[in-house]
Amino acid sequence: MCLSDRRIYTHPILEFKRGKEITIFFEGKPIRAFEGESLAAAIYAAGINVFRLSPILKRPRAVFCMVGKCGSCIVRVNGIPTRTCVTPAEENMRIERISNLPEASKYEKRLVSEEIDVDVLIVGGGPAGMASAEVLCGTDLSVVLVDDQIRLGGQLIKQTHIFFGSRELFAGKRGFEIAEEYSNKLSKCPNVRVLDRTTVIGVFKEGVVAVSDEATYLIRPKYVVVAAGAYENYLVFENNDLPGIMGAGGAQTLMNVWGVKPGNEILVVGSGNVGLIISYQLLQAGAEVKAVIEALPRIGGWFVHAAKIRRYGVPILTSHTILGVKGSERVEEATIARVDEGWNVIRGTEKSLKVDTVLLAVGLTPNTEIVRQFGVAMKYIPELGGLVPLRTPYMETSVENVFVAGDLAAIEEATTAFIEGWIAGYSILIKAHGMKEEYLTKRENLVRMLYEYRSAPVSEKVRKGWQLSLIPCEVSAK
Amino acid sequence: MRHFKETGVVDLDTLTKMGYVPDEIRLRRGPVAIYECVEEIPCNVCVFSCPFNAVSKNKITDLPQIDFSRCTGCGVCVGRCPGLAIFVVDVSKEGDTGYVTLPHELFPTPSKDGEVVLLDREGREVGKGTVTRVYRDKITKSWVVTVSVPKDLVMVVRAIKVIR
Repeated sequence: MCLSDRRIYTHPILEFKRGKEITIFFEGKPIRAFEGESLAAAIYAAGINVFRLSPILKRPRAVFCMVGKCGSCIVRVNGIPTRTCVTPAEENMRIERISNLPEASKYEKRLVSEEIDVDVLIVGGGPAGMASAEVLCGTDLSVVLVDDQIRLGGQLIKQTHIFFGSRELFAGKRGFEIAEEYSNKLSKCPNVRVLDRTTVIGVFKEGVVAVSDEATYLIRPKYVVVAAGAYENYLVFENNDLPGIMGAGGAQTLMNVWGVKPGNEILVVGSGNVGLIISYQLLQAGAEVKAVIEALPRIGGWFVHAAKIRRYGVPILTSHTILGVKGSERVEEATIARVDEGWNVIRGTEKSLKVDTVLLAVGLTPNTEIVRQFGVAMKYIPELGGLVPLRTPYMETSVENVFVAGDLAAIEEATTAFIEGWIAGYSILIKAHGMKEEYLTKRENLVRMLYEYRSAPVSEKVRKGWQLSLIPCEVSAK
Repeated sequence: MRHFKETGVVDLDTLTKMGYVPDEIRLRRGPVAIYECVEEIPCNVCVFSCPFNAVSKNKITDLPQIDFSRCTGCGVCVGRCPGLAIFVVDVSKEGDTGYVTLPHELFPTPSKDGEVVLLDREGREVGKGTVTRVYRDKITKSWVVTVSVPKDLVMVVRAIKVIR
């Protein structure tokens, strides 16, 4: 095992606020960690490449998504199988590798420990969910916001680039600053209760069930906003499960939230905004980006993000794909090749790159597991990222009083997620308080703003998909 | 010339056609902003950051329009643009030296009078220059750096590598 320190101590733009220094034990060996940071980040920072082995083929596994979606980072912590990426580090934690299926016997049987009757339940504390909560803050409606992460803010907490968009919104600020601002604001709302590190696990006729380490909640809401976001797509190639292969968003969390460098020599697969932005952030963290590859003949993301990395010499290879990687306990080499217009590999163009990390930035899929349990009408709309809930222009689904906002409704970005969250918030206020002029005007302005944002040529796909996802809005207009 | 969406690199011809390159008379008069915002994206940070109302957009998704008679080349927009797509060039001084003001967010951090390697839009080293002015934008924390460059390279140099 090659032990090293992958932490970033100085950064041109960011300052990492770390907790108290503590000691944890990985397979009996002491590791330095900081209280409250993601346990997965602490383990990875110590240079540990293999977190666990797959149950049957015993293949090495390590961090991939960093947001509690994939299960690659599950180890045994103090005897209990634990998803380390969403678990805060605590003094003296004993961590052991798992090489078989985690046993369930160690779990205690948990009964409902609290029943909550509430006006509004918001599922997800990213930009969309926080925006809905902001609209409802200070009103006479009681609100519970459930979020499964260590810090509130969804993917904003790892966005260290300056925000685009208009001054009325957040333009000019960096994403993590917006998350901090909102998190503070919501903590001061007397009518908003935030259940953090809590996961909504199901929708039953008795109510919505959510669990945390400490409690199980049965929540009975009158209105629901589901803003559960999205998860990163995977890609098929040889040895694609080797440690060192991460979701680009996962790597962003590791690097920008927890201050841990994902690797030193990087290949980024996919030239959408996520791929381009993380490449720039890797340069800021002092890593070398060997190349960004893109299967299409054109760069997928915005030109300005591409130009930022090109001027530091990072090549963007269009019409290229990844064929496979090699390595023993982590990536040591990647093979790429040129593809033709039909995405067929052109023989003889294979090239190998010496890299220790491959980041996949090949799109996102809406996280619709929870919203589907409400029985809402769904439709497969590739332009929006796959299977998505149908909705009115006011963000209400086909099931009355169930609203959606953000990436689970359409893969877009934070600004539009905020706007949708606000729209959903006003829609609930209008339903609860009647057609008040003030709310109606604000909502109409937001609907117009959303339309304007999507009028750019770069939003063509979303615009097309959006039309396909709309249902008439008589429910909301009532 | 391949399209900028294939390469991530824009050429002078495209910038000129989009109205981003001022005429000789304006260039000789003093520093002026060069916008390399060539794609219609929803953003108007520049419009609101300009203290002289020299930048406008009708719709948030339009390309910005620069009124070169109002632009003083002050460089405020350079540190504010989320796309890091704005530069200020100055060819108004006597002699062979011109100046480029650009955003910088990488280590090592630049310091006044320090020597830097000049990079073009593809990261190629095209010469060496000296930092004549540097400050940190108070909102974005980006460094805004002015470097001396050979006059004929003011439309070429778009990044720097700080030599320690």
